[in-house]
Amino acid sequence: MSKTSRALIPLSIFIALAALLFYGLQLNPREVPSPLVNQPAPALTLPSLKDPQQMLTAERLRGKVSLVNVWASWCPSCRQEHAELMRIARENNDVQVIGLNWKDTRPEALEMLQQFGDPYAEIFFDPDNRAGIDWGVYGAPETFIVDAQGVIRHKRIGPINREVWQTEMLPIIEQCRGQ
Amino acid sequence: MKQHYQLAAAALLISLLAIGTAAAYTLENFTFDDPARTAEFRTLIGELRCLVCQNESLAGSQAGVAQDLRKEVYRMMQEGKSRDEIVAFLVARYGDFVLYEPPLKPATYILWFGPFLFVGIGGWLLWRTLQRDKATPEPDLTAAEQARLQQLLTKTGD
Amino acid sequence: MVPELGHFALILALVFAVLQATMPLIGSLRHSQTLIALARPLAWGQFTFISISFLALLFAFLADDFSVVYVAANSNTLMPTLYKISAVWGAHEGSLLLWVLMLAGWGAAIALFSRNLPLPMVARVISVQGMVAIGFLLFMLLTSNPFDRIFPMPIEGRDLNPLLQDPGLAIHPPMLYMGYVGFSVAFAFAIAALIGGKLDSAWARWSRSWTTVAWVFLTLGIALGSWWSYYELGWGGWWFWDPVENASFMPWLAGTALIHSLAVTEKRAAFKTWTVLLAISAFSLSLLGTFLVRSGVLTSVHAFATDPTRGAFILIFLCIVIGGSLALYAWRAPSISDGGRFDLFSRESFLLINNLLLVTLTVLVLFGTLAPLIYDAAGWGKISVGFPWFNTMFIYLSPLLIAAMGIGPLLHWKRDQFRRLAPQLGLAIALTVLVVVLAMTLLQPAIGFGLGLAAWLLTTHVINLFDRSKRREPITIGAGKRNYSRSYYGMWIAHLGMVVFIIGVTLVSHRGSETDVRLSPNGVYENSGYRFQFNGVEVVKGPNYDAFRGEFVVFQDEQEITRLYPEKRKYFSGGMPMTEAGIDAGFLRDIYISLGEPIGITGDWGLRVYYKPFVRWIWLGCILMALGGLFAASDRRYRPQRVASI
Repeated sequence: MSKTSRALIPLSIFIALAALLFYGLQLNPREVPSPLVNQPAPALTLPSLKDPQQMLTAERLRGKVSLVNVWASWCPSCRQEHAELMRIARENNDVQVIGLNWKDTRPEALEMLQQFGDPYAEIFFDPDNRAGIDWGVYGAPETFIVDAQGVIRHKRIGPINREVWQTEMLPIIEQCRGQ
Repeated sequence: MKQHYQLAAAALLISLLAIGTAAAYTLENFTFDDPARTAEFRTLIGELRCLVCQNESLAGSQAGVAQDLRKEVYRMMQEGKSRDEIVAFLVARYGDFVLYEPPLKPATYILWFGPFLFVGIGGWLLWRTLQRDKATPEPDLTAAEQARLQQLLTKTGD
Repeated sequence: MVPELGHFALILALVFAVLQATMPLIGSLRHSQTLIALARPLAWGQFTFISISFLALLFAFLADDFSVVYVAANSNTLMPTLYKISAVWGAHEGSLLLWVLMLAGWGAAIALFSRNLPLPMVARVISVQGMVAIGFLLFMLLTSNPFDRIFPMPIEGRDLNPLLQDPGLAIHPPMLYMGYVGFSVAFAFAIAALIGGKLDSAWARWSRSWTTVAWVFLTLGIALGSWWSYYELGWGGWWFWDPVENASFMPWLAGTALIHSLAVTEKRAAFKTWTVLLAISAFSLSLLGTFLVRSGVLTSVHAFATDPTRGAFILIFLCIVIGGSLALYAWRAPSISDGGRFDLFSRESFLLINNLLLVTLTVLVLFGTLAPLIYDAAGWGKISVGFPWFNTMFIYLSPLLIAAMGIGPLLHWKRDQFRRLAPQLGLAIALTVLVVVLAMTLLQPAIGFGLGLAAWLLTTHVINLFDRSKRREPITIGAGKRNYSRSYYGMWIAHLGMVVFIIGVTLVSHRGSETDVRLSPNGVYENSGYRFQFNGVEVVKGPNYDAFRGEFVVFQDEQEITRLYPEKRKYFSGGMPMTEAGIDAGFLRDIYISLGEPIGITGDWGLRVYYKPFVRWIWLGCILMALGGLFAASDRRYRPQRVASI
């Protein structure tokens, strides 16, 4: 290697590094993708939030595309996305919005639904984070798209708004519908 | 005065507890009959990353999810599960991100072996340079350089 | 009014920086003495205006002027004065102001202490410093102005992050920044030399003492940060390989390589291009660290409030500074001849090995820190690269460094005979093996490894000391001998610091203990020969917090040795409760208690008790390294009179 090309090595390394860092500015280091995507939904055997006597299972997710929304009454972002969930439930008859009420108490959760409306076709009640661990939940809100065969197709971390719904979630739901 | 303190203590207690039983981060409840197993538990939760706070381990985190996961790890260890089984359980749910120690697999070969390769290549280049230097004759110094060198050598006494 | 004055002073400082970056440089290229002569006054001017700006912000804090956004966000009326002062650099905007203040301070210092340097050189060095200052001043004025106002003015400010309300952390950033920014001097010298096309021993000698002083500050800054995280975060550790810590460690490693390489360049006129590259790297890594901490590309415990606009701005600035200087390097380096041939078995080769290893470690830390980003960007999935990986790598790679570190100082420059050294090395190896065997049998195998490294380093250096004192060549008489002493003893003390550091790390890692206990009031707990009696918890009021404070009486052999008062604080401003550990510090061990939380309603508490043997040696080692650096930098060889006479 000639002396001239050798002298260019540091500059080339730096250019590569700078490119990486520019690209890195657009990434979100806090968002951890779920390894459960494209895997069958994990077990989900929990009582219903509305009816403590009724046990629900993952069978409930079959036959229809489901949005499994992890929420809690203590979580501000969940309130933020609530209206959008209401709209989604109203406008998409072939999609069921399923709630996973997480690390919450029954009275507080029910009160929130009374106040802001109830978009959920069914709500699993998980105060002790039992299903939450199996589903790899680490913060509310999180929303999984599960297809009619019960396979997780996508995980959204953070609140849903109109833009997220249209650009991120709807294309995946279209795919699930097409199956 | 005393009553004032009691009130303050109660208020403080409530505020601490309000942050959750979350503040419970000491591990006195997690003991095993075998002290080696307790140590193993401590090491393990120290090497698992809390996903909520992200820069604390499960051992150090005060977050609720971290607490749940500590209990889960404890439960699994009490059931006699091995370290590898527990790690596999968590990775299946949260991904490799939970491991402070990246797992050894083809995608991480560069991470684990790269540095040694780097030393190897560096050492080889160094060796080659020194050999070549030895082969080439010493370049002539300019008179000025020679004088300066001489001066420096005497000044520094080396 | 005062904040506007500060803001205005900052703008004036920018004007000065622009002039400083251009005029002297043009002067040096056109041989215009008038323009060259502007360098020093401009550097002083810039420093004066930034000082005014800094004092204005300080005044705003002391006067509780909450109409300033930055003050309102980081202070309140209840805060003790010390923390009102340290809050000036407690968050992003103010810490940048501290950064530019120090940059201008170093610039002014060059202007002041460079009487013996050729004027064109001084002009170029000061110009380069001005260029760096322009970037930071623009950054502040455009994206992070500490003097922004809010209306209506809040009645009370928020608070300085409670974690930062601590004397250790009040002085940690200034030390650290002195180090980071100090490398800008080495950088400026290197760039000035590249511009001038003249890299010789004189250049190395000039920048050597500046670099060493910067390195001393950085060493102390890092040690302070480590010490702070040990006692303040309540988890008993002293280093976690967090991106923020790595950001400070990388320039330290590169700086360490640089001061060794400068030694060779000064004494033997070798490694010139390599030394220049290291000087550029050390400062570039300081800048990179700033970017990593403030841009949000990595998650970190103590990241500043991050903002992509700021990130993009720093990154562009980084590209200009680092890219520009590396391009200059690529252009000039091929024409620089690397003089000073040497043998395979010589001090030069061992310093080169040392450099190779230090650079490897730097690259290693950089790679580990950025690996999550690389994996994410390449779509290989999200991974964490944490302390287990870094520890493993350092355990494998640093012994090579220690091995070379033991041999290097024993060797002569240029050429040495293995035969001459065989007895000395044999003795050192024998003593090392003895220590390893003893430690492995009496203590445990893992300790033998660490103590063996320390023993090797210590024995080689003691032998070296004897060897030197035996052959005191009569040629170096009077001042000459003293010259030689300062830098030699500096090296010796710094390396001894490494010995102390290794011993500390080894023993605290393998002999320390950490237990969680639940105690009732008047309950007793025994560990490592100590008995802890818990006298319960009371509520105490701080200036801006309430706290639970536990009292523990510690007994050893039935003698009360100390009382510890760990606290759990709840600051009025909200947020997580803060633990203040109760620590009995000692030369040979620390006893460390941190308060967990109340259990039940009976007054029981969860506690964490640590026994930390030799933990102080970690920071003592760092202090020795810094002391060694100071010794070396104060060598008479670097003082104006001496240099002038050469």
